[in-house]
Amino acid sequence: MSDLTSLTIADAREGLRKKSFSARELTEAHIKAVEKARALNCFVTETPEIALKGAEEADKRIAAGSARALEGIPLGIKDLFCTKGVLTTAGSHILDGFQPPYESTVTRNLFDAGVVMLGKLNMDEFAMGSSNETSYHKPVINPWRRKGSNTPLVPGGSSGGSAASVAGRLVLGATGTDTGGSIRQPAAVTGIVGIKPTYGRCSRWGIVAFASSLDQAGPMARTVRDCAILMKTMASHDPMDSTSVDLPVPDYEAAMTGDIKGLKVGIPKEYRIDGMPPEIEELWQKGIQWLKDAGATMVDVSLPHTKYALPAYYIVAPAEASSNLARYDGVRFGLRVPGKDIISMYENTRAAGFGREVQRRVLIGTYVLSAGYYDAYYLKAQKLRTLIARDFEDAYKKCDVLLTPATPGPAFGIAEKTDDPIAMYLNDVFTVTVNLAGLPGISVPAGLNREGLPLGLQLIGKAFDEATLFRVGEVLEKAAGPLPRPTPWWEV
Amino acid sequence: MTTAVTAVHTSRADTGPLIEGATGKWEVIVGMEVHAQVLSKAKLFSGASAEFGADPNEHVSFVDAAMPGMLPVINKYCVEQAVKTGLGLKAAINHRSIFDRKNYFYPDLPAGYQISQYKHPVVGEGVVIVDLPGGKSISVGIERLHLEQDAGKSLHDQHPDQSFVDLNRAGVALMEIVSRPDLRSSEEAAAYLKKLRAILRYLGTCDGNMEEGSMRADVNVSVRKPGEPLGTRCEIKNVNSMRFVAQAVDYEARRQIDVIEGGGKINQETRLFDSKKGETRSMRSKEEAHDYRYFPDPDLLPLELEDAWVQRIKGSLPELPDDKKDRFMRDYGLSLYDAGVLISERESADFFEAVAKGRDAKLAANWVINELFGRLNKEDKSIGESPVSAEAMGAIVSLISDGTISGKIAKDVFEIAWSEGGDPAAIVEKRGLKQVTDMGAIEAAVDEVIAANPQKVEQAKAKPTLAGWFVGQVMKATGGKANPQAVNDLVKKKLGV
Amino acid sequence: MSVDKNTVKRVARLARIALPEERLAPMADELNAILKWVEQLNEVDTSKVEPMTSVVKVSLKMRDDVVTDGERAGDVVKNAPLGEDNYFAVPKVVE
Ligand SMILES: [Mg+2]
Ligand SMILES: [Zn+2]
Repeated sequence: MSDLTSLTIADAREGLRKKSFSARELTEAHIKAVEKARALNCFVTETPEIALKGAEEADKRIAAGSARALEGIPLGIKDLFCTKGVLTTAGSHILDGFQPPYESTVTRNLFDAGVVMLGKLNMDEFAMGSSNETSYHKPVINPWRRKGSNTPLVPGGSSGGSAASVAGRLVLGATGTDTGGSIRQPAAVTGIVGIKPTYGRCSRWGIVAFASSLDQAGPMARTVRDCAILMKTMASHDPMDSTSVDLPVPDYEAAMTGDIKGLKVGIPKEYRIDGMPPEIEELWQKGIQWLKDAGATMVDVSLPHTKYALPAYYIVAPAEASSNLARYDGVRFGLRVPGKDIISMYENTRAAGFGREVQRRVLIGTYVLSAGYYDAYYLKAQKLRTLIARDFEDAYKKCDVLLTPATPGPAFGIAEKTDDPIAMYLNDVFTVTVNLAGLPGISVPAGLNREGLPLGLQLIGKAFDEATLFRVGEVLEKAAGPLPRPTPWWEV
Repeated sequence: MTTAVTAVHTSRADTGPLIEGATGKWEVIVGMEVHAQVLSKAKLFSGASAEFGADPNEHVSFVDAAMPGMLPVINKYCVEQAVKTGLGLKAAINHRSIFDRKNYFYPDLPAGYQISQYKHPVVGEGVVIVDLPGGKSISVGIERLHLEQDAGKSLHDQHPDQSFVDLNRAGVALMEIVSRPDLRSSEEAAAYLKKLRAILRYLGTCDGNMEEGSMRADVNVSVRKPGEPLGTRCEIKNVNSMRFVAQAVDYEARRQIDVIEGGGKINQETRLFDSKKGETRSMRSKEEAHDYRYFPDPDLLPLELEDAWVQRIKGSLPELPDDKKDRFMRDYGLSLYDAGVLISERESADFFEAVAKGRDAKLAANWVINELFGRLNKEDKSIGESPVSAEAMGAIVSLISDGTISGKIAKDVFEIAWSEGGDPAAIVEKRGLKQVTDMGAIEAAVDEVIAANPQKVEQAKAKPTLAGWFVGQVMKATGGKANPQAVNDLVKKKLGV
Repeated sequence: MSVDKNTVKRVARLARIALPEERLAPMADELNAILKWVEQLNEVDTSKVEPMTSVVKVSLKMRDDVVTDGERAGDVVKNAPLGEDNYFAVPKVVE
């Protein structure tokens, strides 16, 4: 029981069942870790009282033999999920003081399964960012550092608080959301596993919307199995979300057989992009070899419209966001900055409440939808989406799953890329296609680079075939071997 | 809200009634956008009640208040009602339609967008036949019908420097029914609205209650010299009764003619109808050029309707006013006018049919229209509030038809039934109002009158029209109960005229 | 297509975000950089391509016409910055 915070969810589940430790002990260990890690700035809101109450209930249930699927498992919740009675800010100033009188479907699923909530996790404002630097609550710091350097690094984004808290052993797992890579990209640069399920697999109800046709919630944890365990509970058909799909949720753990003999893995040539660092190419080749060694065959495939995914995304996502964020107007919740009339009240509130990146995207989105530009931008981008989705359909005629790098590089330094929005956007170059086509994608740690920073590989699956991602992901994970634990330099 | 995307054109070829101006005659062109609240229990995209009248924000879900993370789920019944209405307007049903977001900021629009249908509405082109006084009828083209959300309500008079927002109406399902500019006068505009209302009420898709705002008209008015292209139109919002529609059209047409004849130009704008002053005025809050940035709502998938479902709805349509009118004329031999009056409300038509069943239909129509409707109108009552039931009314018609009472006595019976209630047959029985058909008794009364008025007899022989005086006297003597035809025949025979 | 200061002003007005004068020009530059970058989509001929309307290939689900929500004005207005008697209050709107 020396280090309860280093357990996997699978181990913790086992230990709780066997009563090797109590839920209270497990929770207290994590509360302590959270307190000691404030330097990482992972949490917007810590909720130790709620966690302890949850743990108490969990211990009662375990004692009574009525433990639920995730009984007593301490998790962090991205601040994009509305949590009943608990401050929910989406990383924005504009949601100041907002306490939702309702619980998101995903968090309800988790709590109904016995999850203990440690708090709400920091994130890029309204999930718009790839480095967690757009958060109103200041950036999250990556637990990882370059070898021999104290330079603070970003944890990726937008689910940066989730990624950093999982990597730093503050939580056993966390919820994330992924609109263009916001689960997979931070997972990769913090050395953890993150999966964006197929669009429609997890309910979007109660998750603060960024871009509705792209947003999808998913789990982040330290192992593929842990993600499979969380995913089973997070996913559900929700009659309150018109885009939620009425399909049975498979037993993902059972799907992890370790057997991938005969599996056809597609290698899309378009992911070999200009200026890609050699270490990423090397990593990719390693991944290919690992899967070959496990009995899979590689197939060259082409996704010809890949290079248009990011620009299409930066039309569709801001357009939807400009409309989704119209509700933050100072009338019904959150911040209000007075003005001489209603219009200036709106304008002042939104000027003060939204950060720079959010403002920029709302303006881009407003512009591309405005009279005369709709066809040239929004319609064009939606047509590109059709082509991108078609690319994947064609590829899946030849293979079962695709293997790509997860990110174009490792974690970078705070403020290194904030001056150039497009350079920042390029962090999502490998992940964004998946969102545009609504497909599932998983990021699995594949080792450390020469500077000692984690890198990840991405597997992209067919729609609703997350099971294959977990199965292949676990094979990759095993082949790559466990990552070392980042040195807890932040502990006070 | 104006959502027309197709080029507006009129399908009317004839010239309407003209308005005299200083520079000649003008024609007024009117098109209407009617917002009809779908008759449903719950809102279009949320489970909150759509019922009118509740304490502030009580009929509001988190979806209606556009709380973060809330999502719309469509009410199937509202779609069914829209399809039903489309079928009733003889319109094309689009088996695939799209919900769009119409983006603008307003305190009673919580999400900052209204979910509406823009390029792909659920219902396409249709037609409404409008009968006008004088026997003329016109076809008014329907351009489209789409489903959309209602907005909330802002109250401006509760506080010196604040407006209060109540979202009870926010999210209630509306059908926006857009006509072509096929109307040519205030009368036609009012008649169109009346007919549309009747169709919706027949279908049961909207209660047509204009006072509670279940039906609201935006009226587009322009003027032109006959034969010239359509002029610039102004959209008049908030017109909440047939009478106001007529007033607004007349005022606006005159205003526009005056502006043009005064050398001015009509600006395309939104105007507000002030029902107290009977005027239209420019809306300050709508001055800003709008750019609604429509795009398909990513929270909703395309609305795809199965043909079998549409056909099932089609099969369940009730008989509509036009068909009913034709049938009344054909089966009951009613005049166009009588049939038109009876079918104007479904309840009236039903009432009439209950009265006419197995009876003299023309007589029934006369009694329903003249006696009953006349009386209801006078006391400002609806047919549903009639103290005389269809059964009682039918009984009165039967009593007349079988000669039990005369038409004159029948009016007394109706009066008693109206004010005191009761079965007409029993009233007649109890009060001894039965018509005297005993020829012996009638003859005795005739003889008596003749015997008492020898001078008149002489005069009548010279001038046979005076026979009527004798009939009157006999009727008086019998307390109105003698059969007038029998008295008439007998008097003529006895006088030898 | 290039965005100038006036366009930024108009768009900011549409989006109801107060942008001080000195931020108009820098914002125009930022937007232009992004717009120029996204315009590479024009390389692709999409004349025969249908726009994507939904990522999931399922039909729209519909609810029954049943009242399942509402009657909790207290919760609805609980987070409002200003209000009275369960109304939301805003600066007076003139029509
Ligand atoms: Mg309109
Ligand atoms: Zn409308």
